[in-house]
Parts: sequence; C-alpha cells; structure tokens
Amino acid sequence: MAIDLENITKGFNTLNKNIKKRIVVCAGTGCVANGSLDVFKSLVDMSKEMGIDAHIELKEESKGTLISRSGCQGFCQHGPLLNILPQGILYTKVTSSDVKEILEESVLKDGIVGRLCYHDNGKVCKGQGDIPFYTKQNRVVLKECGVIDPENIQEYIASGGYRAAKKACVDMTDKEICDELINSGLRGRGGAGFPTGRKWDFTRIQKSEKKYMICNGDEGDPGAFMDRSVMEGNPHNVIEGLIIAAKAIGADEGYIYVRTEYSLAVSRMQKAVKAATEIGVLGKNIFDSGHNFTLHVMEGAGAFVCGEETALIASIEGKRGMPSPKPPIPAQSGLWGKPTAINNVETLANVHIIINYGADAFKKNGTQNSSGTKIFAITGNVLNTGLIEVPFGTTLRHVIFDIAGGVPDEKGVVNEDNFKAVQIGGPSGGCLTKEHLDMNLDYDSLKTVGAMVGSGGFVVMSKHNCMVNVAKFFMQFTQSESCGKCVLCREGTLQMLLMLTDITEGRADKNTLSVLEELANAVAIGSLCGLGKTAPNPLLSTLKYFKEEYDAHVQDKQCPAGECAKLLNYQITDKCIGCGLCASKCPVKAILGKPKEQYKIDVSKCIKCGICKDSCKFNAISRS
Amino acid sequence: MEKYLIINGVKIFFENEKNILEIIQKAKIELPTFCYHSELSTYGSCRLCMVEVEGTGIIPACSTPATSGMVVSTNTEKIISMRKIIVELLLANHDRECTTCQKSQSCKLQTLARRLGIENVRFKNVVHKTDRDLSTYALVREQDKCILCGDCVRFCDEVQSIGALGFVNRGSKSVVCPNFGKDLELSECVYCGQCSRVCPTGAIIPRSEVKDVWKALSNKNKKVVVAIAPAVRAAIGEVFGLAKENGTEAAGKIVTALKMMGFYKVFDVSFTADMTIVEEANEFLERIKENNNLPLFTSCCPAWVKFVEQYYPEFIKSLSTCRSPQGMYGSIAKRIMPKILGVNKEDLVVVSIMPCTAKKYEARRKELANNGEIDIDYVITTQELAMMIEEAGLRFQDLDAYAFDMPLGFKTGAGIIFGNSGGVTEAVLRNVASGMTDGQDESEQFSFVRGEDGRREAKINLSGRELKIAIIYGLKNARQVLRELKAEKRKYDFIEVMACPGGCVGGAGQPIYNDLSTRKNRAKVLYENDKTLELHKPQDNPYVQKLYNDYLGNAPGSTKAHEYLHTHYKYRKRYKESVVISDNSSNGGVDIKVCFGNHCMKKGSKEILKHIVDYVGNKNYKDKVNISASICLEKCFSAPNVKVSNTTISKASDKSVEEAIDKEIK
Amino acid sequence: MKSNYEKFRSVCSILEEHAFDKSKLIPILQATQEEYKYLPQEILAFISSALNISPAKVYGVATFYSHFSLTPKGKHIIRICDGTACHVKKSSTIIDALKKKLNLNGSETTTKDMLFTLETVACLGACGLAPAIVIDGKVYGQMTASKAVALIDNIC
Repeated sequence: MAIDLENITKGFNTLNKNIKKRIVVCAGTGCVANGSLDVFKSLVDMSKEMGIDAHIELKEESKGTLISRSGCQGFCQHGPLLNILPQGILYTKVTSSDVKEILEESVLKDGIVGRLCYHDNGKVCKGQGDIPFYTKQNRVVLKECGVIDPENIQEYIASGGYRAAKKACVDMTDKEICDELINSGLRGRGGAGFPTGRKWDFTRIQKSEKKYMICNGDEGDPGAFMDRSVMEGNPHNVIEGLIIAAKAIGADEGYIYVRTEYSLAVSRMQKAVKAATEIGVLGKNIFDSGHNFTLHVMEGAGAFVCGEETALIASIEGKRGMPSPKPPIPAQSGLWGKPTAINNVETLANVHIIINYGADAFKKNGTQNSSGTKIFAITGNVLNTGLIEVPFGTTLRHVIFDIAGGVPDEKGVVNEDNFKAVQIGGPSGGCLTKEHLDMNLDYDSLKTVGAMVGSGGFVVMSKHNCMVNVAKFFMQFTQSESCGKCVLCREGTLQMLLMLTDITEGRADKNTLSVLEELANAVAIGSLCGLGKTAPNPLLSTLKYFKEEYDAHVQDKQCPAGECAKLLNYQITDKCIGCGLCASKCPVKAILGKPKEQYKIDVSKCIKCGICKDSCKFNAISRS
Repeated sequence: MEKYLIINGVKIFFENEKNILEIIQKAKIELPTFCYHSELSTYGSCRLCMVEVEGTGIIPACSTPATSGMVVSTNTEKIISMRKIIVELLLANHDRECTTCQKSQSCKLQTLARRLGIENVRFKNVVHKTDRDLSTYALVREQDKCILCGDCVRFCDEVQSIGALGFVNRGSKSVVCPNFGKDLELSECVYCGQCSRVCPTGAIIPRSEVKDVWKALSNKNKKVVVAIAPAVRAAIGEVFGLAKENGTEAAGKIVTALKMMGFYKVFDVSFTADMTIVEEANEFLERIKENNNLPLFTSCCPAWVKFVEQYYPEFIKSLSTCRSPQGMYGSIAKRIMPKILGVNKEDLVVVSIMPCTAKKYEARRKELANNGEIDIDYVITTQELAMMIEEAGLRFQDLDAYAFDMPLGFKTGAGIIFGNSGGVTEAVLRNVASGMTDGQDESEQFSFVRGEDGRREAKINLSGRELKIAIIYGLKNARQVLRELKAEKRKYDFIEVMACPGGCVGGAGQPIYNDLSTRKNRAKVLYENDKTLELHKPQDNPYVQKLYNDYLGNAPGSTKAHEYLHTHYKYRKRYKESVVISDNSSNGGVDIKVCFGNHCMKKGSKEILKHIVDYVGNKNYKDKVNISASICLEKCFSAPNVKVSNTTISKASDKSVEEAIDKEIK
Repeated sequence: MKSNYEKFRSVCSILEEHAFDKSKLIPILQATQEEYKYLPQEILAFISSALNISPAKVYGVATFYSHFSLTPKGKHIIRICDGTACHVKKSSTIIDALKKKLNLNGSETTTKDMLFTLETVACLGACGLAPAIVIDGKVYGQMTASKAVALIDNIC
C-alpha cells in the first residue's frame, strides 16, 4: 500500500488541534552545549509539579501544552533558546531557574518575561518578528528548521513534506526533474558551485544497471555548521532531496555520509531514515511509482579530505580517504565503479523547493548566476554569531552589520572601524576586507576577489586579529588534514606552514615571502584535489590584502595586531602596586613577587596569553 | 578520422592510448613521472607529468585522456618552475646522502634533479632519519628515502594481491611500511622484490651480499663456487651497454668475469634446471598415474611457494616437492661437489647469482637446510653481479667469452628457457611428451605455451589423456586461479606460476627496466639461446644422466634423488598476534588457546570460547588458566581447534575441551 | 568495566553483524573502538584475519582517520576546539596553558599517569560559545586559559 501523505497530515492536524500551547526548546548543538536539555527536563518536571497538562509527544491523549525540541534556530550566541507558540515568543539564554517563571507567565498566562527577551538597543523584542537578526534574513531552506520536531516524520509531512518527492517519483520523468533543476540554476552549496542539474543529468545519461546517490554531510570546515544544523533540524528535508535526486539519476541505493563529530546529526539522520523507511517513503516501490530507493547512513571517521567526492567514495568503500585523479568523475565511475552523484546537504535541502514551486519561483531569490538563498555560519568577532540564510546577492555589510550586529571592540562597543576582514569559505576560501563591504555575495563575484562561497563559513576578524596568524591557522588546518597523497599538497602545505611559522616567530628573511608565494601558486595549480588546490587561498588572499602586515612581521619583527606570541613581550611597569591579582590570574604561574612590591613576569614560563594585562586594574602591564 | 595531438608544435597521431602521457612518450619525449606505470592503476600523486593544454591550463598528463586536436606543451616556464618546486619539496624530505646510496645512478629522483638543474633546495630539511629495515635477506627498506609515490604499495596490491606494504598515517606524517609499522620479516611479504623494481629511489632495494662474497673470495682457504641462473645472462649486458635492440646473451663474458674475480668454479643453474625438469616430470607422471594431488604446481619460484604456504595451505600438497634449480644446485654443491672436486666441504663456499630477491630468502629456508646447515652461502642478484664487475674494474663489454666448468656447466635448451614465463611448462612437455612428434624442431615443438599474458592456458594430449595446463605470472592472477580451483570452477593438471611479470627475466634482481620491450628482449635472448644449443630435452643432458648414475640412485624419483633433490613445505602463519582473554601466567596457569582463524570461526570458535570461559568459571579454574584467542593454530582442515597446554584438540567439542582442561589442571 | 572476554566477544558480534564485509571496515573499527576505547594491535590483526584484508591495509585505514586511536587514552578526555571561531577568540592560549598544566611536551597527548588526554579538534560546532572545550563529553563555553586550568584543578 502506498503511503497516503494527506491522511497522515490530517491525522497530525487533528492531534495538533488539541494543543493549546507549544514550547519549543532549541536542541541544536550550540544550545545543547549551553544546557538546553537541562531546560527541557526542567520544563517537563516543573510543569508536572505545577499541574500543567503538558506532553512531550503528540498523541491522542496529548492536550494542553506540548513541549518539544527543535533543531538549530540559528541564534546560537543567545542560546539556550526557547519559543512559545502560538504567541511567537522567543526567550534567550534560558536556564533551568527561569523555567518556573516562564511557565507561570507565558503558559498559564499569556504574558511575557521581558528580561529573557532579546533586547535591541534597549528595546524588548518579543520574538523572531522583532529581532533584526531574523527579520533581516530570508529563511527559505531553514524555514522549518528550528520549528518542527526533527524526530517526528508526521510533523514534517504535515508541514508539506514529501510532496515534492511524490511529485518527482509519480508525475515527473527523470529528464523532467533534471531539466527543472538545470532551469532553477541551483548550484552546489558545498564548495565549487557546480550546477546541480547538470551533474544529475550527466549521471542520468550513463548506462548502468546500478547507480548510487550520495549525500555529503562531511562538513569539516572549521567554523561552518550549516549542514549540521539542517541535518539536526530537518533531516527529512535532506532525505526528500535524496529521493528526488535518486529518481532523477536512476539510483536505487544511497548513502548519507555524516561527519563523526556530529553525533546528534548522525543519530537524527539514522532515526529519520528509519522512520522514512517504516512509513514507506524509502524502500521498494515508493509512492507506487515503481521506483526503489534504500538509504544508508555512514558515519565518517575524522578526515576533512573526505569532503572531496572521490575521497568520500573511497571512505564508503572502507579505504583510506584519499582522492583519486579525475577523470573519471564519479558520474562515470563512482562508488564501486558505478555512476554516482554526490551532493552536499544544503544543496539537497533546496531541491524540494524547486520541485514544489518550480524553477521560476526558486530563481526569484538570488542573482542571475547564483539563484536561491545561501546559509552562512557567522562566527568570530561579531555581536551575534549564529546561522543565517540570505539570498545570493546580499552585501557583506548587510550580513555583518545588520544581521550579525556588527563588530565589537574589547569592551563590546560596536564600531565599523573594528572590522578588519571576513574569511569566507573556510580553509579553501579567502579574506574580504573593508573595500568589499558593499560587494554582492555570490559565486562569481567572490571568485573574482580570491574568495569562494565554499561551504559558507563566515568568520569575522576584528582589528585585534593578526592576518598572518589567520593564514597560518588555516594552513595548519589543511596541512594536518592533507591526505598525503600528492607531493604538492603533502610537502607544500608543510613547507608553507613552516614558512608562516617562521614569519610569525620572527625568523623570516626577505626571501621567505617570495619563495612562499611561488610555492603557494604551484600548490594551487598543481595539487591533485580541491583540498590542495584551494589550500593556499587564505595565504594568497591575506598576502594580497594585508601585505604590510606580513612586511611588519618579516622586516620589523612586529605583530601589529598584537597576536603573535613570539613577537610579544609582557612587562610589569612601576605602576604596579603589588596587589597580586595578575599573579593569581596567571594560568601558568609565571608571575612572581611579594605583596605590595612590584611583581615580575618569568619570561621562560609566560605563554603570552595576555590575561594579566586584561586583569590589571592599574594599567601596569605593558605589551611590546 | 585520424586522431592527433599537437605536442610542442609537432603533430603526433594516436589511437587508443589511455592518456596524454602515453602519447607524449610515443613522441619520444621523456616526461618525468614517479608514479605512472603502465602496468599499475593511475595514481596521480607525483604531479610531475604536468603539461599545459591550450584553453584548459596545466593538467596532469597521466590522468587526462586525449582529445584529438589538443595543443600540448610539455616545457613551458610555468611547468618547469612547478617541476623544480616538486623536486625541491621531495629533496627537502629525502635523505640526500646520494654518494653512499646503492641506488645512486639509477635513482629517478637524482636523475630528475640533475635534469632540472636544481642548484639548491629552498625549503627546510624535514627528513626524519629512520633506521634501516634489515630484517630480511631479500630487501632493505629505508623510509627516509621514500617519496611516497605509492608504486610499491600498488604493485604489491594490484599485481601480487599481497598488500604487505601500505600507507600509514596521513599528510606529512604518511609513510609506507608493513603492517603495524613492523619489520618486513613480520609481514606477509613473499620477497618477490617487485617493489624495489618500481621504487624510483633507494627506499626499497635488494639486500646486497656483495661484501660477504668479496670476503669469501679473498679468503685463501676457501674455494668459492658460483652458478648463474638462466635469466641473468640475458640481462646483465644492459648495464654495460651491450643490450642494443635485441638484447645480448652474455653467459660467456660472465664466466670470464667471475673467473677474473677469483671464483674457483663457475657453473650454470640451467644444469640443475634440467635436473629439476627430469625430477618434476617424473613426479608429474606419477601423480597422473595415481590421479593424486593434481594439479601439480611448479615450485621453482620461492615467492609463489611462500604465497601458497601463507594463503592456501590446502594446496600445499599440490606443490611439486622438487627443489628449485637453485635448491638442487645448493644440495649438489654442498653434498656431492666436495667429492667431485676433492675439496673439503668446510672449505667450500657456495654462491648463486639470481635474477631474483626471493631466492635470497629461499636459500635460507629451513626446509632446504641439511642438518640445520644451509646449502647456499650467498645469493647475489644480477644487479649485484654488475656491481661486482664494476668494483673489480672489469671492462665487461670487452671481455672474451669463456666456458662454464663441468659437470654443472652443461645444459640443454630446456634449462635455459626456464627463465621465461612458460619455460618450465615447455621444458616439462619436452620431457613427458617428447616421443609424440618426431621430426619436428625440438625447440619449437611446444612453443604454443609461450606468450605475453599473465594467464595462459594450453591443452595437450598425453597417451590418450588430455592434460590441461595453466601458465601464470603475477600472484594476483595466481590467486584468481586458486580461487577458481577451490570453487571447482576450473580443473587443471599442471600449473606453472612465476610471481614476477614475464617470469624470472622480469625478476627484481635484474637491472631495473622501465619499458616492456626490455623484458621482451630478455625473453627473446633465452629462446634464441635455446635454439643455438645442441640439445633441447632435459633428459638428453648426459651430465644429468651421469650424476643420477653416480650419486642419485640411477633414476629420477629414487630414494637418493628424494633425499637430495626434494623438499617439503609448511603452513606459514600470517599473524603473530593473539588476543588475551585471561592471563595468570605469572603464577604458571595452563595455556588455553582457542583458534580464531577464518576456518575455525566459521566452525564455531566463538561458542567454544564461551563454553570454555563458562566452564572455567563454574569449575573455579579462573586463576589457573591463561585463555587467549589465537590467529591461528594452523590446522584449518580440522577446525575448530583448541590448544590446551601443548596438546592441540582438532575438531574440538565442548566435551573434548573440558576433558583436556581437567586433565591439565589435575 | 567490561572484561577482556566480553570485549572480545563484542568484536566477534560486530564482525557478524557486518557479515564479515570488507567494505564495512570503517564502521567495524568504529564499533570496536567503542568497546576498547582504542584499537589494540592484536584486535586489528584479528579483524584483518576475519575480513581477509591484509593487516597493512587495516592499519592504513586505522591510522588515516583521526577518530581512531591506536594508543589507550587517559581517564579524562579534554578536547579543545581549535576551529576558526575559537581560534580567533584565542583558543591557542588555552591549549598552551593546559599543556603546561598537564606537563605535556611536544606531541604528547596523554599524561604519564593516564589520567588525562588532551586533544585539539577542528570545530565542535559550538562556535557561538567560542572558545569552547569539552571535558568528558561536557561542553564548556567562553573559556579562558585560567578558567580552563581551574576546571582541571576541580577534577584533580
């Protein structure tokens, strides 16, 4: 019997009608780390104590209040987040001790606990509708993420889910799906931005009895967590994309390869696949269409390079995740030598929109060559870090200042001058500076300035961040994640790292920069896979935009941003009154002295963390 | 329509070449590469074969298929600069003591650095000095010379299906090494040495015994006798510029050179190859007669023998029990020669010169020793012979030819073609089927078994019985055949296996060759040599007959012949590890080893272990036993096996194990 | 603590559950590591034998992925996030401080008394809490070097 989506929807809505209020606790990784599960537990316990008719599952007897968990709501900086529906209240930084008050004010009554609301310039914001972080976004892919219960397939179906999959399986031919995708202009959200429809079409036309569809959830870019959030917050969205893709290319088996560090995403995906199989949207003869599709979840084992298609395939095959030369591309010879299409999570999460509403509707967002929206993970030195979704073509300024709230200085004061650069695309991407603030964010314009959309990592640097150190950080990352296969990446990233280390530690000479640049260009052109080819990007782009900072390290042996420890020295001046605060704060006990006398720093022990300087109330510690 | 590329401005036509690199090579341009071998999968790791294609940019030639009309440049400024950077990067992580490296002169890295005119290495030296792996007689590994091209790893896996070497770690910490980073001796290596042949640097080299041989030669009290294998004569000329287009047979010059170095007698392994055939053919006929232990596997390739012993113990009985020609030479040299030459056995030093690294291992096999003493003292390779000739300052190319010493210097053509894949089969047929086709050219009569493929088949009618023959080289091919035999998908009567591509002519002890034509030339040299000889059938060798009559019980298969010319084999455990379940060895507990090899696991070792653990618990024996899971107890045919103290219980049952434990504890 | 026997038996079951399928090597190693908390050499040898893969290949896979550990880890596992967000918020000073605190030199990660293992990870995904550290599975956000040292002192 084919699954009846409308019947399930009806069933869910009938049950849902009995619910008067719904408390949604964000259970994304950020909020969980901040204790949101404790909040959830307190809610359950406290409501019982207070005699509130509350339930954690939607069943026939569930009436009154439903307490549920959602995926990442994006506003991670202010977690744990708690929503009260239908009022649309959003409480931030909620702790267990707030639970009682929330239940009393907002569940038993219809009031608001003002102190738990987000404040925008002193103004209390009731919910997402008042918070600039949300209002300035355009959440399309993330629409359901952070609202629905990711572990409840009925809720996904009731919110319109799996209609696109049904349409694709029943009403569309494989070619029609590919054409629609090509027409939509959807490009891969994971890195290079290859047009998804063309990838599918190329796999579709391969003649083979067996084909595979793979979802790449090996998001390893440090500082990017959009795929994780989608998998945690709306796993069925990804599965639906996979079903459509599988139908389009003619695959009957698929894999979701999830980064092992994402334990919550792994378990959510596993549960979702199980539920989808049980309900019949996965398996044999889906929607009575004659189309079969079984799906496996595979957990990665800790290798960033497995984000590269051929390496990911090797990993699924149980081998070392080392990329192989292309051609052949996976569409010709992929998993077990069979035609295979691989798409990243966010790409697949876009697919149902295109099938449901058509390519033209999809194209309304974004620019001509970069259609749709893009999710970015904003981190670093901004007021509001978190997960945002904006149409392609949005300016950097809008994202950094309007949505993320701008760049604060040490004292938390926001000022445009604090902004130094933003690193887009993680270890494969490049830096953008003030001069790019009004540039549109899209595939092509980013490429022309040496950055890339990449996975969507968006790290904001303030004037206190040393750009040489940033380049070194990314080089350290790619170097340690290099698979070691090709010479240029293996030895090249190591030598680049050694040279960058020399620069940040004052050992570089005038030749270092020229050799470094020559090597970086060779690695960029000659490496075997994307990881190696893009590894020099952070270096090359910082070298391009912050040459004077490099020169200061090389020629004057100085770090203008005051970050490179080896070039720094902390000293206690005669302003010291001997209060001993610095000595008690020093994590390595490098500060010695007697009370009421001038203290001294033992240079051999000092790790130059700067805590002493920050803690001194008499401004008696100087940095040179 | 004809397909072409424009390479450096010249139009080059191509047909079905796999990639641009092969077409460039066809255009007589030597594009540098460390990791491309036509016989291996395309790996794309060295990035040296980069070329610039108009409209596309810089791409690796090895992994790019050609499209007609492509305009390719192989030497633009950008490419040259990139190649220099690559070589410098490799040199920065390479032990650069070239002058003392055995691979000096034939090292591809050294050659390329010279070709590119590298004057200094601009990068930091990051080489980690490591100890050399001297655990085997066959090969020496020096990790700090490895450039991680992966050629050895792929050869071992893709051609030999062994996988003794693998990549370990990741990124700049990557190394190539045997399992768990242990010494090669503890791995599954069968010592074919092909890794050393494909290694572009000195990271894996055949282990030299040249020093020991010189030492023996300079000892006035010792008489050093030496014998050369068939394939050696076909390849040594390459080192001294004698090979030319068709190869050179240089046995005569080798004899002269060896004499000039001070060897007492110079023999020919082709002689004992003749004996091997006679003995093995006899064995074959007997097995056919009794329809027993068929197919007969040839046993002259020690790498193949170790392969069977390690992976297919159930086929050990199929291996011919005849010693290899080297094994027979050793036995005769140490046990009969003293009588013939009138020399004390103690004063005799026996050396063999082989195209092979596995022969170094074979010489030390316990199964070939006589009362614990090994027959052959030193085994040197063709490469090492060339080194000795150079060391002695001999102008090899100008030497006159000289004849081998008798009696072990006379051979028929059968003993010569042994050096080629198919040669043993052909020689055996010349013996067992010789009567059938009178009047034919004896050297061509069975030439249908020759060929280039790694797996060939032939059929022949022997007195009304159709014999099915398979001729194999490359152990992956051999594994495939064994799998088919096991699954009873195929039936053969005789299977010849050589581990190295092309047989011994392509052995790892031979001078390094990079193109197939060199190997083909060597094969041709041996077949031509066969033609020039007077006799072609091993049984016609009068000295072989005389040796049988004088010392070996008159005929093949006699008791004496068995004593001198045969050997035995053993199952070789691949794993040395065992998993400790409980350990009371400090107070002298009874050892209980439950086999968890593949066979035993299928027959329920898990349940037996459970039973033992329960039983020991119930009986309060817990502090008196050391239980371990062993891989394995080497008795796969009587699985499941349990060893209690020193007794192995085969086809173990709960009861038999209980009894054994009770007995040991009481 | 599971006994040697129970752990070994689990490995046998893991192999059976994966039907001795070579291509499942990575999930098998993951499940095995769950049992032993690291991958002992003799167990790797056993898995290699049971799956009929050369031990060098198994070892190659086990050493490729950073999730696998071939040495036993300490009782308490401290993971310092050094993802981009944490890095720009000075996670390296936390790493330095904890290394000094735990007397770990160079590439050492586990203390000699086997009490602590200190690892750096590339992004825990808790970027909003940067810099973050995880001690025995519990995430601590907005860390400083002194706060981190204090956390360790609490465990000791």
